[in-house]
Amino acid sequence: MSGAEKIAVTVTDIVPLNDLVTRFEFKRTDGGLMPTFSGGAHSVIEMRDGDIIRMNPYSLMSDPMDQTAYTISVRRDDEGRGGSLFMHTQVKVGDEMVIGYPVNLFSLDLRARKHLFLAGGIGITPFLAQIKQLERFNGNWELHYACRTKALGSYVDMLSDKHPNETHIYYDDRKQLIDLKNLLDGQPLGTHVYVCGPKGMIDWVRKTATEEGWPREAIHYEEFLAPQPGKPFEVKLAVSNKTIQVGEQESLLEAIERAGVDAPYLCRGGACGQCETRVIDYTGNFIHRDHWLDDAEHKQGEKIMPCVSRFEGKTLVLDR
Amino acid sequence: MSKFVFPESILSRPVYGTLEPRRGAAYLFIADASGAEAIIDVATPQMMAKAHIIYIPKGEGFAENLRQLNPAQFYEGPSYEAAVSRIRKALMDAKMGLQVYLSGTEGLMGQAQHEAMQAGIPHTAIQTEHRGSTARRMQCVHCKGITEDVMIDPFVCAHCGLNLFVRDHYSRRLAAYQGVCIDAEDPGNVPASKGIYE
Amino acid sequence: MTIQFNDETFRDDYSFHNSAWAIKRFPFPFHEDSYMYSINMEQHRGGPKGSIYEKRFDVDEHYVSEMRDRAMVLADDPLRCQSLPHMTLAGWDLLELIMVSKSEDYPDLFELHRDGNNWRWVNKPLGIDDSFTFLDETTLQYGPMEYITRQAQGDFCVLDQRDDNLWMDAGTVTTQADWSLDFDLGMNFFEWHAPVPLAHEKGIFVRALKFLLNIQQGAPARRLNWTMTVNPLLDTSPENYHKWGIQKTTMTPDSIGARQHLRVELQTFYRLPRSNALVFPIRCYLCSFQDLMSVPKWGRRLHRVVRDLPDELATYKGFIDNRPMMLEYLSAFDDGQPTSPGIWPDRETEPALHT
Repeated sequence: MSGAEKIAVTVTDIVPLNDLVTRFEFKRTDGGLMPTFSGGAHSVIEMRDGDIIRMNPYSLMSDPMDQTAYTISVRRDDEGRGGSLFMHTQVKVGDEMVIGYPVNLFSLDLRARKHLFLAGGIGITPFLAQIKQLERFNGNWELHYACRTKALGSYVDMLSDKHPNETHIYYDDRKQLIDLKNLLDGQPLGTHVYVCGPKGMIDWVRKTATEEGWPREAIHYEEFLAPQPGKPFEVKLAVSNKTIQVGEQESLLEAIERAGVDAPYLCRGGACGQCETRVIDYTGNFIHRDHWLDDAEHKQGEKIMPCVSRFEGKTLVLDR
Repeated sequence: MSKFVFPESILSRPVYGTLEPRRGAAYLFIADASGAEAIIDVATPQMMAKAHIIYIPKGEGFAENLRQLNPAQFYEGPSYEAAVSRIRKALMDAKMGLQVYLSGTEGLMGQAQHEAMQAGIPHTAIQTEHRGSTARRMQCVHCKGITEDVMIDPFVCAHCGLNLFVRDHYSRRLAAYQGVCIDAEDPGNVPASKGIYE
Repeated sequence: MTIQFNDETFRDDYSFHNSAWAIKRFPFPFHEDSYMYSINMEQHRGGPKGSIYEKRFDVDEHYVSEMRDRAMVLADDPLRCQSLPHMTLAGWDLLELIMVSKSEDYPDLFELHRDGNNWRWVNKPLGIDDSFTFLDETTLQYGPMEYITRQAQGDFCVLDQRDDNLWMDAGTVTTQADWSLDFDLGMNFFEWHAPVPLAHEKGIFVRALKFLLNIQQGAPARRLNWTMTVNPLLDTSPENYHKWGIQKTTMTPDSIGARQHLRVELQTFYRLPRSNALVFPIRCYLCSFQDLMSVPKWGRRLHRVVRDLPDELATYKGFIDNRPMMLEYLSAFDDGQPTSPGIWPDRETEPALHT
């Protein structure tokens, strides 16, 4: 059985927040309660676009204790494979969809004396749920949120109104930058830092915190890698005895699924390791885009993460 | 003094390293006896400028050498128990970026490591280097009492008097190895004690 | 579902006994005539009707007496139930999981009434009727984990998931096979398993950990583990080993049938929602050798498994000294006939013993 348990839901509300971001609310189609979850969890949303089935993970931003509905916020990506575009242009209130049970790869360390949140753009979403969770249990937190412009600052007003002392906003277009070294300096022992945003921001925070002597376990990050489009390539599936063509706009995992082969997956964003697939033979180059395998494994060419990685060359034979 | 080489053992047995310089906001060194030599080996003037050294000599004569490193703060204590309140205060006042270095006996390192963990530092971020005595702190699994400085196997629990054999199973939380009754199935049949590492 | 609850002891006079129903559903753990470690995980989604796998938290005739024994162990040694401060939320998750599961699976025995966070829990076998506020520790007699595990059979390890590992940060452990919660509290998955021989070299724990880290809400898993115990003693703890260890040496050929017990653990694994922790219930089932021998297939198989088990495993499981006596007894029930694969008794198809 692949992926987490599924829930049949109906779209009950759609709110465009600004030019790029739209919020979606889901309730169970059978009227039952949603499962509770832990702040930082995401749900994999299934999108049926004619013949194409896409599955994208989105952080749950609603209150983990609120079982009436889940909400997510989706940033439109015009250059991507089309998942976010589908959400923005095809999904209507009343539509029935299927979403996965919450899965958390970005959970709070509940031992922390203080939680320091660093958000970039749409990376604000998991923190919205975590903040609600910490507020419920009197947790100690602080948010530093970088947005491109005020117009694109999703939820800035809500956060600044509700939590004026904990919320700090930075606008790129006003050249307001997070003074990271200074911010990290002087935090009490037992502080954990969490970053969610573009790759560059994540790399910067991890590097700076490490240089400032922060322990690895105190630095948490989540980056959902949307599978990037790429040149089509052919793959032989040795166990199912099939040869498939991976199209430009679909991931290797999606192509395997399209061929009717049930490959394991969970997060679909290159982070959790569930889709790890053994390479039986290849002639060509891997385009590894995952966070799961280490550098040595990327070089060895014995494994690939089909949810986000690709291949170019003459042959690729997989153990599926 | 040459370093003891611990035989390979089970995964719960702590493995110590060699202190290395690491970038940090401040440095806390806690050592006993010949653990001082590990500090002397790694110290640089830059580290010492931001360093607090807490040292329990236990009869060894390194206090003066440590003072000469010119650390920002230096404390020489008669025992770990006397030093504990100072260790806790140092950790309480500390900020993220503090690097903790422990060297000397397993007992000293284990207890200091536990204090640092309680203050919020993950144990994997704490550097340790073993020097000197290989005596162990042993917890009697039956009465929960800790017997200090155990060098032989089996040994007698200093609290309840049971004959215990020495296990390599180690608890960071208790900073002690586990001792279990050796003659439960044949009371009185206690093999002659040998050194733990014999 | 009516269950006749035994009034029995797991210590002193050892009046513990299995009814014919209990023997029939006993989780004999060996699917073939030999044993080696494996990950042997499967989904925990029901099982054959009446089997121990059918319900989420199996309740049997030993329920009331086991809970009484647990209360005695905890009165004597409160350190058998501990929860590090950050694990309280996981304790509430566990309380909800057990209350919901039991009230749904055994509606004649347990009731759960919920009005927002105002809950009322009725446990008829134990005579409990408590109203409390969910998530408010001040309204419960004990912390949530302790409260509910005093009413559920088996041990419970509540594991925090951090840094790609599992940490034993809370638990109630009174029916364990010889390990100490107080000592292991705070250890990670590899550390608390460190004393297990052979398994680490085989990479068993690396694969098992990867599987467990990916267990998700709504998709629990289970596996069986086993060991041997002399007398139906639930509390075979290291803490009390200096008191019970001696019992192993008092076995005789004419008492072995009644006193030697196969001790099987049904281990289940559930993801807890609000805390993202993993709970690892370890449900203990005991069956005496003589009761096991009433099933021909089990008689044949147990002899072969015990005979061929590597020395390190027999030592680690604590019965290396008694093995010769066990084999003498068991060999009488092994007529050399082949056995069918799988753990089930297969009474209809397995031939009777040729003596």
